[in-house]
Amino acid sequence: MTLSISLSVNGESLNVPLEDTRTTLLDLLREHIGLTGTKKGCDRGQCGACTVLLDGKRINACLTLAASVDGTDVTTIEGLAQGDTLHPVQAAFIEHDGFQCGYCTTGQIMSAVGLLSEGDAGADPERIREGMSGNICRCAAYPGITAAVLDAERRQSESEGTSV
Amino acid sequence: MSVAKPLPHDAAHLHVTGAARYVDDIPTPANCLHLAFGLSEIAFGTITDMNLDDVRSAPGVVTVITADDMPFENDVSPSNHDEPLLTSGEVNYVGQPIFCVVATSHKAARKAARKSRITYDEKQAILSIEDALAADSRFEEGPRVYKKGDAASAIGSATHVIEGAIDIGGQEHFYLEGQAALAQPQENGDMVVMSSTQHPTEIQHKVAEALGVPMHAVRVETRRMGGGFGGKESQGNHLAVACALAARATGRTCKMRYDRDDDMVITGKRHDFRITYRAGFDDTGRIKGVEFVQYARCGWSQDLSIPVADRAMLHADNAYDLPAARIESHRLKTNTQSATAFRGFGGPQGMVGIERVMDHAAHVLDMDPVAIRQCNYYADAEDGGLSAPRKPAASPPEDILDPKKGEDLASRGAATEVRQKPGDSGAEGQTTPYGMAVTDFILGRMTGTLLKTSGYAARRDEIAAWNAENPVIRRGIAFSPVKFGISFTLTHLNQAGALVHVYQDGSIHLNHGGTEMGQGLFQKVAQVAAARFGVGLEAVRITATDTGKVPNTSATAASSGSDLNGMAVKAACDTIRDRMAAHLAERHQADPATVRFADGRVHVGEESYSFAEAAEYAYVGRVSLSATGYYRTPDLSWDRIRGAGRPFFYFAYGAAVTEVAVDTLTGENRILRADILHDAGASLNPALDIGQIEGGYVQGAGWLTTEELVWDDSGRLRTHAPSTYKIPACSDRPDVFNVALWEGENPAETIYRSKAVGEPPFMLGISAFLALSDAVAGCGTQYPALNAPATAEEVWRAIGRARGQVRS
Ligand code: FES
Ligand code: FES
Repeated sequence: MTLSISLSVNGESLNVPLEDTRTTLLDLLREHIGLTGTKKGCDRGQCGACTVLLDGKRINACLTLAASVDGTDVTTIEGLAQGDTLHPVQAAFIEHDGFQCGYCTTGQIMSAVGLLSEGDAGADPERIREGMSGNICRCAAYPGITAAVLDAERRQSESEGTSV
Repeated sequence: MSVAKPLPHDAAHLHVTGAARYVDDIPTPANCLHLAFGLSEIAFGTITDMNLDDVRSAPGVVTVITADDMPFENDVSPSNHDEPLLTSGEVNYVGQPIFCVVATSHKAARKAARKSRITYDEKQAILSIEDALAADSRFEEGPRVYKKGDAASAIGSATHVIEGAIDIGGQEHFYLEGQAALAQPQENGDMVVMSSTQHPTEIQHKVAEALGVPMHAVRVETRRMGGGFGGKESQGNHLAVACALAARATGRTCKMRYDRDDDMVITGKRHDFRITYRAGFDDTGRIKGVEFVQYARCGWSQDLSIPVADRAMLHADNAYDLPAARIESHRLKTNTQSATAFRGFGGPQGMVGIERVMDHAAHVLDMDPVAIRQCNYYADAEDGGLSAPRKPAASPPEDILDPKKGEDLASRGAATEVRQKPGDSGAEGQTTPYGMAVTDFILGRMTGTLLKTSGYAARRDEIAAWNAENPVIRRGIAFSPVKFGISFTLTHLNQAGALVHVYQDGSIHLNHGGTEMGQGLFQKVAQVAAARFGVGLEAVRITATDTGKVPNTSATAASSGSDLNGMAVKAACDTIRDRMAAHLAERHQADPATVRFADGRVHVGEESYSFAEAAEYAYVGRVSLSATGYYRTPDLSWDRIRGAGRPFFYFAYGAAVTEVAVDTLTGENRILRADILHDAGASLNPALDIGQIEGGYVQGAGWLTTEELVWDDSGRLRTHAPSTYKIPACSDRPDVFNVALWEGENPAETIYRSKAVGEPPFMLGISAFLALSDAVAGCGTQYPALNAPATAEEVWRAIGRARGQVRS
C-alpha cells in the first residue's frame, strides 16, 4: 500500500507518494523532491546539517518522518531567497565568512533563521552561541557564524523597529 | 592586483543558497545502484565460512562482490600493498570490509549487508600499545632513531633531571560530509569517478589497478569536499574502487556513501601516541639534553603511518634549540582501524611531547612557563627572517631516486628513499635534531608581541589572586608556540601542475592539481591568476580538479596546496602572458618587457587594449592561449633513515595564549579566552587565513580536551557517533577570541611570499591543554601529569594526582 502525503515545500504544494512509510523528511527532500541543499551529516539528529523550517520552526529533517509532515509547510534553504535577493541571514553568512567547506552552512542558516524568529536570543552573543550549538561545524567557522547571526539579528530588529 | 585581499570563498553564493554540489548531490540516472560493505565483527582471526545467501536474496540486491570477484588487484593501500579492499581470509579489525552489496537503494544495500552469516576462527587481538610491544607487532624492522649529540650524557651531567610519560589520544576526522564516491561506466571500458577525495591521482591509480586498465582509462573528478582534514587522503580509496568494480560488473552508475556510523567504524583516525621523556636542565631552565620515546598506535595496515611517525619525530623539538636529543619512534601494529593522515600529520603529537617537557620542567624549577620556553628558543633571524641565501641542497634528489617497481609513487606512503651521503647536510649555525639549519625563526619577536597584546603578565597575576580566593573554580593560563615544517617529507611529492586557457573573449579557465575542502585554495589560486593577467576575479573560472586536465598530482595535504599549485598556476599564466606581450609588442614595435597587464587592460607603449581585445588579437594572430604550468619546490634533500638533511622548504610559526576555568569538584572546564598571533607570511587572503587559524585552533583544542575515542576489550569502537564523541560546538569556542596575523614576508621564495596555513594553527590548541594543566597543578603540590584528551574525568583524576591521591 502506498501512502501519499500533501505538503507545501517552499511555497509550492506537492502531493508525494511514499513507498516506504519510514522515509524521513530528509530523504523525501533530497531523494524524492530533488532538493539537495539540505545536507545529511549524521542522519541521527546529532549534527544539524539537515535543519529545515517546519511551519516556521527549526527541526532536524533526518529525525522527522515524512508521513508526519502531511499538511505542513516546509521551508528549505532553496526557498529562503526572494528571487535574486538573498535572505538577510544568507547575506550575513557571506559577509562574515561564516563557513569554510560549506557542508554545514545550509543547516546553520536555517537554524539561524529559526533562532531569530524564536526571538529569545536577542543580541546576546552567548545566547546565540548556545542557541546555535545544535549545529556542528567541523571546520569550526564559529566566529564567523556567530558574527553573521548577530549581524542578521541587528538588521532584522532595525528593520522591525522602523516598520512598526 | 587581486592578491592579498580578504575576499570570500569563490563558491560563497553557492554555499549559502544550497546550490554547491557535493558528491551525494550530483544527479544520477534513475537506475543508479548503491553500495554498502558487510563488515567484520571481530578484531582478529580468520574467516572459516561465509554464507551470503540471505544477503543475495534480500530485496533490491542486484549483486554481491567478494574478494573472489576481483580479477585484478584487491588492494586499496596507499603504501605497502597490505590493505585488501575486501578480505576473504584474515580479519584484522572490527569494521573491516568483507563483502560489498550492490542494490537499488542505499537503504536496501545497508539492510542486506547485515544478513550475512560469517564464522571466524577468532584469535587474541593486539589492541593496546602494551599488547603490541609484548608481541613485537610493528611496522618497519625496529624503532627509528634520530640523534643529535649525546643526549644520555648531557642529561646525566645536568643539574635537574625530569622524567615522565604522556598519553595522547587519537581523533576522529568527522568531516561533515562523509566519504562518498560515484562511478559512471563509459564506452571502451573506461571509467569516470567522482570522489570526495584530497587525492584524485591516488583514486585514479587504485581504480585502474582494480579494473586492470592503464591510468588513462580512468578519469577522476573532485569539485569540492565537505571537509577533509587528512581523512580523505587515502580513506576514500575503498569507496571509489568498490563503485568502479560494481559499475564495471553491472554497466550502471554506482554510488557509495558511508553512513556516519560506518564511516567512524571503518575509516582510520589520528594516531594515538604515548610519549615517554627524560630531560636535563640547568638552574636557569636551559635544556641540556632530552630523550623521547614515541609509541604510535598505527592500526592494522601501514597506510601513511611511516611518514606520520617520521613527522612526529621531526617536530619533537618544536621551537627549541636542543643541544642534545635522541628521539626513538615505534610504529606499532594493532587490530584497530588503520590510523591515517589528520591535519598536522604526526607533528602535533611530537610537539605535545616537548611542550609537556617544558611544562614539567617549569613546574619543577618553579619558573614562569613562558620564561623557560623563551630561554630555550632558537635564535631569531636577524632581519625578520629575510636571511642570507641558503646553500642549495647538497645533491639533487632526482639523481638518486630509485623507485621500486609497481610502487604507489603518488602517495606519501611510498617507501622510496633519498639516500644521502653521510655528512653532507651542509647546515651551519643552529640546527634541528635532524640537522636542518633554522634560518627563518621569528618566534622570539612574535612571543614578545603576543605577550603584550594578550596582557599575559597582568592576567597571570590576576588569575593567581583569583585562585587564592576561589578554591572551587580555578583558572589557568598558558602560552605555547608553534614551529611547523612545510613540505612533503617524501621529496618527490613537492611538485604541482596547472592548466590555463584564455578564451578569445578574454575569459580565463583555470585548473590545477589541488582540491578544495573549505580551505579556500581555489579562491587563492584564482587570485594569483587574476593578478598575473591584471584582471578582475570574475574573469577567472576555476573548474573541478580533474585527472584528465592535470595529471600526476600530489595529495592536497601537508599544507602545501597554495604553495605548490599557486606557483604552478603562476607559471602557466606567465607563459600565456609572455606570448600575448610578445605579439602585441611586435605590432607596436615595442619591447615585450614594457607590456603591462593591469586593471583589466593591456598597455603597450601609448596604446592600451582591454584584456578581451588583447586575447582576440592574439587568437587572430595565431598565438596559443593555452599553457600548462609546473612547479617543484627547490632546495629539498632528506634522508629519512638517517634522519638528516633538509626536509622542509621553510617553517611556519604561530603562538597562542589560552585561559581556562576548571571546576575542581567535577573536572568540568571551559576555555574563557584565546589570543593568537600567527604567521601566514604575506597573506594571500587574510580573511581565509584567519578562518583557517580560528578553525585550526578549535579543532586542536577539541583533540586535546573533549574528543575521546574509546575501544572496548574486544576491539570495538564505542564512540562511533557524535552522541558519544564530543566535537566542539558553537558554545565551546572561547568567549574572547582574538586572532591576528604577524606582519612579515616569507623569506623563502613562495607564491607572493605567503606561507602555508592549513595545518600549523591546529597546534595552537596545545595552549588550551597547557592552560588546563596550569589550573590543575595549582590544586596541589605534585606535578599532575595531565593526559590527553583532558576530558572532565581526566582533569578530575589529574587534580587527584596534584594532591597526591589516586583516583580512578
Ligand atoms: S543529518 Fe540530521 S542532524 Fe545530522
Ligand atoms: S563549514 Fe565545514 S562543517 Fe561548517
